[in-house]
Parts: sequence; C-alpha cells; structure tokens
Amino acid sequence: MSTAGNKSAPVFGIAAEFSCARDLYHAAEKIRDAGFRKWDVFSPFPIHGMDEAMGMKRSLLGKIVFLGGLTGFFTAVTLEFVPTSFLYPLIVAGKPTNLFTVPAFFPIMFELTILISAFTAVFGMLIMNGLPRLNHALFNWDRFKKVTEDKFFVAIESGDPKFSERSVRDLLESLGGTNVTTIHGD
Amino acid sequence: MSEATATIEEKLSDEEKQVVRPPLVLNKRTMGWISSYISSIVEDKTPTWWWVSMGVTVPLTLMCLACLAYLIATGVGVWGNNHPVGWAWDITNFVFWIGIGHAGTLISAILFLTRQKWRTSINRAAEAMTLFAVVCAGIYPALHVGRVWMAWFLAPVPNANGIWQNFRSPLLWDVFAVSTYFTVSVLFWYTGLIPDLATIRDRCTSKIKKFIYGVMALGWRGGNRQWRHYEKAYLILAGLSTPLVLSVHSVVSFDFATSVIPGWHTTIFPPYFVAGAIFGGFAMVLTIMIPACAIYKPLHDLVTINHVDKMCKIILLTGSIVGYAYLMELFIAWYGGNPFERAAFWYRAFGPYWWAYAAMMFCNVIAPQMFWFKYFRTNLLWVWIIVQFPNMGMWFERFVIIATTLSRDFTPSAWGMFHPTWVDICTFIGTFGLFTTLFLIFIRFLPMICMFEVKAVLPEADPHHGEAHH
Repeated sequence: MSTAGNKSAPVFGIAAEFSCARDLYHAAEKIRDAGFRKWDVFSPFPIHGMDEAMGMKRSLLGKIVFLGGLTGFFTAVTLEFVPTSFLYPLIVAGKPTNLFTVPAFFPIMFELTILISAFTAVFGMLIMNGLPRLNHALFNWDRFKKVTEDKFFVAIESGDPKFSERSVRDLLESLGGTNVTTIHGD
Repeated sequence: MSEATATIEEKLSDEEKQVVRPPLVLNKRTMGWISSYISSIVEDKTPTWWWVSMGVTVPLTLMCLACLAYLIATGVGVWGNNHPVGWAWDITNFVFWIGIGHAGTLISAILFLTRQKWRTSINRAAEAMTLFAVVCAGIYPALHVGRVWMAWFLAPVPNANGIWQNFRSPLLWDVFAVSTYFTVSVLFWYTGLIPDLATIRDRCTSKIKKFIYGVMALGWRGGNRQWRHYEKAYLILAGLSTPLVLSVHSVVSFDFATSVIPGWHTTIFPPYFVAGAIFGGFAMVLTIMIPACAIYKPLHDLVTINHVDKMCKIILLTGSIVGYAYLMELFIAWYGGNPFERAAFWYRAFGPYWWAYAAMMFCNVIAPQMFWFKYFRTNLLWVWIIVQFPNMGMWFERFVIIATTLSRDFTPSAWGMFHPTWVDICTFIGTFGLFTTLFLIFIRFLPMICMFEVKAVLPEADPHHGEAHH
C-alpha cells in the first residue's frame, strides 16, 4: 500500500491516477453518485461538462463581479460628477455643469467599471480557489507533478463524512484508478 | 461503432467532406509533447540566436532610455514639435503603438467569446505583444507633458495645488482608458499564465527555478473546483476586455474627433481607428510569430498555416474597412461642403506631405489586397513581406492625421512644416528595441504558447472522445 508525505502526519486523503479525460469524467460521475462531498478531480486543462459530472452548481463569481462593477461605476460617478458639477463647479470653455453634460462623464465611468470588475474577477477567483498558497499536501506525491502535463487524478479527502481508507481505496480501484495512494500532510 | 462511422463517412459527398474542420494541432501531437516541447523552450540552454538578438535590441533600448533621459533633463523642446505642429511624432508614435496592442486583446478576448478555437495557440504571444506595445505607447503621453515629475497631476488625487481634473476632457478619458487597458491586459495575461506556470514549476529541476516559478504559479493544482472559478474568471475577463478594447481606440480617436480641427472633427473616427488598430496589430502579430515559428520549427504543428491564413483574412477585412473609411472621409470632405474640410483633404493628398498620404494609401489599402489570393496567404515568406506594409502604413496613417492636419492652421501666416530632430528619430527607433527586448525576454522565460488551452482543443480532451454519439 503506497503512501506519500510524512507518515506520522494526519492523512489528507486518498488519490488515484487516471490516464484520460474520459475515464476521469466517468469516475467523477460515480463518486458523485456515491455521495461524497469533499473530493476533487485534477486535470491539465478544464474538462467540458465536469461540473455536471461532479454535481456542482455554477460558479458564484459572476455575481460577485457584478458587485465589483457597481462599485467601480459609483466610484466614478462620485469622483467625477459630484465635485465637478456640484461641490466645485469647474467651468471649462464656458460649458455648463448641469445634468445635460453627463454624457461627457461616461467614458471614465465605463473605464472604472471595467477596471474594478477585472480586479474583482481575478482576486475573487483566487480567493475562492484558496490561492495563492505556497504548498499543499497533494504536492507531497511525486506522481501528482504530472497533473500539469498529461495525467488525471482524483482525490477524496479524509474530511469527508463518508471517508474510510478501506472503502475509498476499493472505490477508486473499482473505477479504474491506478497508483492509488494515501496522501499525508507534511 | 466503428462500422457505423464508416458507413456514414461513405455517404458524404465531396462538398460535405469539406465541412469537416481541419485539426487545430497537426501531426497528432500528444499532451505530453505539447508540455515538453513548449517548456523546453524555457528550460533549455539559452540559444545563441537569442544572445545575438539581444545584442542588437538591448543597445537600441538603451538608446531610447538615453534619449528620454536627455529629454527630461533638457526639456520637451529637444523634440521637433513646435507651432503649428504641437503634436507630432510623440502622438503619432503613441497611437501607432497603442493600436498594435489591439490585436492581442482581439485574439484573447473577442475570438474567445466567439469560440474561435484556433486562437489558443497564438493568444499568449499576442497578449504579451499587447503589453509590450502599450509599454512603448505609454512612454509618449507620459513624456510629452513636458515636466514629467508633474505627471501625477493627471490623477484625481486631493492636493493643495488648487488643481482638479477636467473629467470632460478627452485627454483625461485617454489617461483612464489607456491605464485601464494596460492593467486589465496584465490581469488577463497573468490569469492565463497561472496553469502554465504550474506546468513549468512541476517540471523544474533546479531549486531556485522551482521556487520562482512555484511562487508565480500561486500554488495552482488544477482541481476542477479551481478550474470552474478559473474558467468563469477567464470568461468574465474576456467579456470585460471586449468592450474595453473597442473603447480604448475610440477614446484615442476622441482626442482628435472632439476638437474642431478640419480633418479631425469627424464621427467616423472611432470605428475607423478601431479597425485600423486591429489591422496594424495583426500585422505585428504575424511579424513576430513567423520568425518565432521559423526558429522553433515544431511550433508549426500548433501555429499552423491555417492560423496564418485566418490572420491574413482578418488583415484583408480590416484593411478594407480602413480603405472604406479613407474614401468616406474624402467623400464627406467634398459632399459636406465645408471649405476648410475640403482644403484639409486636398492638402493631405496633394500638399507637400503627399508622399505620406500616398504611402498610407498604398500600404494600407492596396498592398493587403494581395491576401485575396490563397497563395499569398499561405506562403510564409510572402505573408511576412506583405504584412510589413500595414506596419509601415499604419504609422503613416497617424502621421498624416496628426502632422499634415496641424501643419496648416486656419491662418496662412501660421502655416509650417514638421521636421523631426535626431532625438525624435532615435527615441522612435529605440522603442522598437524596447519592444523586441521585452518580447525576447518573454519567450525565454515564459511559455509562449498557452499549453493548457492547446491541450483542451485536442480531440482526446473531450470527455466523450471515442464514445458513440448519441
């Protein structure tokens, strides 16, 4: 029985290797149906339809970015329109400062909306993914290095309520996983 | 299942067979090959050609920096800008470089949203090109303000100087548009790099490299719980970049169009500028990708002749839009009945700057028409030669718009020609050095092809690959 990491450290989970996207996809469907919660599949590229195979909903990121966009928009409105038109009216070339001049403020409102949305998208994605981080228990397993090349992995974490070493190992083997390994922490 | 497929194939007529798309990756390259080949460009010993190229481009970069230092130390008068041509090579070069950037964003964002899968093998390099072009572009507006140390007055920061920005000025729109464009392009580019940096991290053998690439990869593991947020973020960034890239060159064109100068005050400017930017940008993408693939020959399996063919078609399309805009400008100058507008265009075509106008017309409208012929779209040497015309032509276009228009003021007593100084010339040549140096550093230290996206367009990446179609 193979292990990775420091054997005296707590078990992170059990992982298995698959050789192609199709096998990983079908394994994910079976693990989903077996009722596991804390598990993940790992692949060198995003696999189309894997969210459904794992039984996951759409990412919430879109809604968060919408809030980011609103923040950017209102920042621009406050920054430009309030001082220039009301607090300290700035009259350039005799142009009025009333509501009819609002279109001239649009470009910067647009740019700041995009800017803050983009920051929200990138940093929101990183935070939701628990990144950046320097290390992870899975990196203790040497074979896992191939995940960014051409190999596919499944890992079921020990924190899952249905986790038991015996049954998870059997399940992964029955799904066609190879090199089934118990992963310990550091 | 295999028999069923065979019978279906037999029924196809020749016409129907052509509908089947050619593979995006040739020679049945595997995922492992893609990783090892593209990473090997970064991992192998630095090749001689790289040092030789750097030996040319680094001195040019230093020349650019020296000119800029001289300009800051002496004053903006070391450039040839003077009355009546107050904007000259500085703004010409700014618009030239910022336009080049647009192709990168078009490839990475608009072609992503329109599901053009062929973009995957060229988007990384094109996005890098965008960033480096915007760096070159940014030099000019920052330096042309004169007292560079006061450039921070452009930012709406509360201060004790009694200064507040005029947010209704197109020049301030430009500050926001270009800085947003650069920032979002960096974010988009880096987001795309994360999984590939993880690939390099996992292949590294030396400790220092492993540490550096490891930190840059941010701990990426490639789990689907990460991919699903990642893909969403990428989609959102593409959705944000699409209107952004269209807005940037529109805002740049507002710098001209909102003025009341004959030849500038036209509503056609925003779409015409955007089309011109994409036109010039694709020419630059091909200018740098064709030599890169000639050096790293196996890349021809990823950046295929089909890619080049498609990019040439985009150049032909956008070049024709630009040609239409030129003709429409002339038509409106005549049809609009404004004598100043008419005079401005007469002067462009037949005044002392006729050579710039003729060069613009030839390079941008006539030369790309060669791409109607498949032979010229698929012969790499011809493609490389022909795309040099848009590269030059787009510079001449901006020169024609800026210098010829300004050289004739409303009163004939204020007319005058523009003459570049040696500082103008050396700075501009130097920006090419800077651009190329940054690109050389990029291909040496970062994967120049987006590995994970190319793997995802391989047939075996489909989770139903090899199963019967339902």
